[in-house]
Amino acid sequence: MKDRKPEPEPPMAETTSSAHKGPGIKLGRDIQAKIGQQLRAMYDDVVKQGVPDRFTELLNQLDAGDHKGKR
Amino acid sequence: MPIDGAVRQAVLDAVPRLRAFAISLCGNIDRADDLVQETLLRALANIKSFQPGTNMSAWLFTILRNHFHSEYRKRRREVEDVDGSYTESLKSQPEQLGHVEFGEFRKALVKLPADQREALVLVGAAGFSYEDAANICGCAVGTIKSRVSRAREKLTELLSIESTEAFGPDASTRAVLASGRD
Repeated sequence: MKDRKPEPEPPMAETTSSAHKGPGIKLGRDIQAKIGQQLRAMYDDVVKQGVPDRFTELLNQLDAGDHKGKR
Repeated sequence: MPIDGAVRQAVLDAVPRLRAFAISLCGNIDRADDLVQETLLRALANIKSFQPGTNMSAWLFTILRNHFHSEYRKRRREVEDVDGSYTESLKSQPEQLGHVEFGEFRKALVKLPADQREALVLVGAAGFSYEDAANICGCAVGTIKSRVSRAREKLTELLSIESTEAFGPDASTRAVLASGRD
């Protein structure tokens, strides 16, 4: 797996369904934009919580060699 | 098992994004954290298979995704959680989005097939390239593009019908969209 530069995210509007041509196309774009916005908002909401203590503690335990291998 | 300082930092840096991805997979914050913990244990136990200088984040996402599918997906009833703990786990809504609207989006998202949802989250939220997402999911780039495209179409369909007031389509548009519904 090589290190790659992330490609710029394609605009959501590009993938408007072909089934929604005609009166639906503007609506499709609006909703595509909403989908992108809400998807990122939902994801970022968790990302913003940072690193819970349990993971820092887990790495400390592993580093010290006293982790019990909880499964 | 002493952990290399750079590895430790890279792993910790990836934890918030791993959690966000894990929640989108299993729909439950507690299970997501267990999934992340198991991912970290596996990753550090197999750290020699990681090639320094390559994408640590994508490597960890791959481990998490594979572990989820091998262990968690067997318990199918716990995967789909439309109104339960996933909703409870995300009570702090982004301020710019209305609560009702945000809830509708989550409900629509969990209606997607799991392979489409994970592809959409990897590309649309986690910011991976199609190529990295394909590596993470162990499939072809074209397959990822197809899944993302179908996921967006399905969400558009679901949100068009369920959020007509929010998006304001006229009656003829609704009729067109409704006629295309499964």
